[in-house]
Amino acid sequence: MWNTLSRMLHTGLLTESLPTCDEAAPTLETLQNDLLKILGRALCIRHVDAGSCNGCELEIQALNNPYYNLEGAGIKFVASPRHADMLLVTGPVSVNMEEALKRTYDAMPDPKWVIAIGDCGACGGVFGTSYASRGGVASIIPVNHVVMGCPPNPASLFSGILRTIASTRIE
Amino acid sequence: MATNFMELQSASLPANVPCKLARVDRQQWLQTAEALRQSNARILALWGADDRDRDGSFHIYAAYLLPDSVLVVEHCMEDASTPSYPSLAVFFPAASRMQRAVFDLLGIATDESDTRGWLRHGGWSETLFPLRRDVDGKHQYPVASAPYPFVSVEGDGVHEIAVGPVHAGTIEPGHFRFSVVGEKVLRLEERLGYTHKGIAKLFENASQQNGHRLAARISGDSAVAFSWAYCAALEAITETVCPARAILLRALALEHERLANHLGDLGALGNDAGFAFGLTHFSRLKEDLLRANAAAFGARYLLDYLIPGGVTVDLTADARCRLLNLYDALEPSVTQMRSIYDEHAGLQDRFREAGRLERATAEELGAIGLVARASGVACDLRVDHPWPPYDTLAPKMILQSGGDVAARVQARFDEIFESLRICRALLAGPPMAEIQTPVPIAAANLLGIGLIEGWRGPVMIALKTGSGGGIRSCHAHDPSWQNWPLLEYAILGNIVPDFPLINKSFNLSYSGQDG
Repeated sequence: MWNTLSRMLHTGLLTESLPTCDEAAPTLETLQNDLLKILGRALCIRHVDAGSCNGCELEIQALNNPYYNLEGAGIKFVASPRHADMLLVTGPVSVNMEEALKRTYDAMPDPKWVIAIGDCGACGGVFGTSYASRGGVASIIPVNHVVMGCPPNPASLFSGILRTIASTRIE
Repeated sequence: MATNFMELQSASLPANVPCKLARVDRQQWLQTAEALRQSNARILALWGADDRDRDGSFHIYAAYLLPDSVLVVEHCMEDASTPSYPSLAVFFPAASRMQRAVFDLLGIATDESDTRGWLRHGGWSETLFPLRRDVDGKHQYPVASAPYPFVSVEGDGVHEIAVGPVHAGTIEPGHFRFSVVGEKVLRLEERLGYTHKGIAKLFENASQQNGHRLAARISGDSAVAFSWAYCAALEAITETVCPARAILLRALALEHERLANHLGDLGALGNDAGFAFGLTHFSRLKEDLLRANAAAFGARYLLDYLIPGGVTVDLTADARCRLLNLYDALEPSVTQMRSIYDEHAGLQDRFREAGRLERATAEELGAIGLVARASGVACDLRVDHPWPPYDTLAPKMILQSGGDVAARVQARFDEIFESLRICRALLAGPPMAEIQTPVPIAAANLLGIGLIEGWRGPVMIALKTGSGGGIRSCHAHDPSWQNWPLLEYAILGNIVPDFPLINKSFNLSYSGQDG
């Protein structure tokens, strides 16, 4: 127990300020106001790997590390699409995941946002379209926003999430 | 009767480890497998090729890991209309799924009774075999999914729990079918292939010079291992000698990949046992490493760091200093986290005895990589077949005997410290020198093997060159192929709520397996 307490004390708080994005560069306060206005509560995200190489997954997981501390900003990952407002989709959509992706999207309540993650999510990346791959996410379900990169780093993922929320406010 | 495989006519094969190729007939295919099984060889990979345009036949290949070398066995099937070969599953159970995958892609059958599709889930017709040369891989087909008959368990109170392909966390997709009584798991059957992206077919359109980019994206968490295996195969074929500095930097990248994954896994294992503190601190340490990667190598994940003939950038003096400081900070932190994990009664209660994979089972079923070492099976290519620069680094074989989640946790801790030692030794190497050398275009139809011990275990690339700098075929093999079936054994008798923890302790690749 002493080791645990000592590690906490010596580590301190590591969380960095929110990454800036073009439209509105939100502060923690404006972000949370936006979320309260649009959803009335914290933003809930569900991730689906539709055929990714697992690179994007690692960077999405990093959003929850103490530096980015996504949950501290009022955004959390949930286990079911039925609890989710936003869907992060990684990978080119493999033929074998097409049905599962559609069903996940359909299970989400409205209003809902979809972000296609990574070069593969955007357009199929190095995998393109083939007998096994449908290419980008938008070929299967409606996409609100795209975060490019192979894999995109956590700051640009965070930015992409904020930008999607901010664009809803502008509308 | 088993023939002595030592008497087989074999030729040496270009590879980064000692490697031989033996061409066998149908009878020898099975006899060789039996002899290899008796001499405790392990199956590394199994793949097929459509060579009807060259010799009118389909070919099947099996690569075996022997104590002193790798043996690739090739069998040419003369009947091209209904090609088939004897199943190896009786000697090497791990071959079973690989054989099903070969059938889905090439239509080469075995005498196995399990003919269920593995990679084909109804996304293309059952009479279409996408890896055949006369099939246009770009064509799209509508999905016609059919039910997949899982093996059912019958009895009073037995019921099934279906999980996936979409899982509850930020992880890859796959399906798990549990047959349970109460909470106790009687049987687990995996169904994978959901992330199949047709990588083998894509390789046929890549050039020798850019195939490494595709290799790096077979399994993003093992990008260095796969791209190194690809480069090693191509460099062996073209007899390219990489600059010594580039080889050191490749090893550094590979060890960083091992460190990043082990740090991530240790955090996730703590979290899956209800100890969120572990995830917080290990994910912080992992982030420190990734940021150091970005500063030193130009990217957090080193997907395109290795190129044929070398690496893209050398470390600056500042970067070298930053890495040394990182190791100095990481080592005491991991030591402290280890004592926190070791002394936490609740955590150890979940870790110990959970998901035990007995050594005998691991050996019988051909376990490989970290999972095998945590069950007491000594196998690490860096130790057994050290390719440069590991031949000068004297890597230590990390062994644990428990075979449970606790052992796989301890193996990761041990490997982190050993990796840090190797990283420091690599940084002591000569600074700023040649890091790239041109790789000539290889002649057509040359086969080369690249074999690299990634953080999960050995990854293999079997590259066959095409004409005009192209690729005729490239088979990529992830060690998860061998270890996924072992998870089905490790979970037996455990309770369903322990599955996420046990699964995480294996942390196998879906994408690497699905291809």
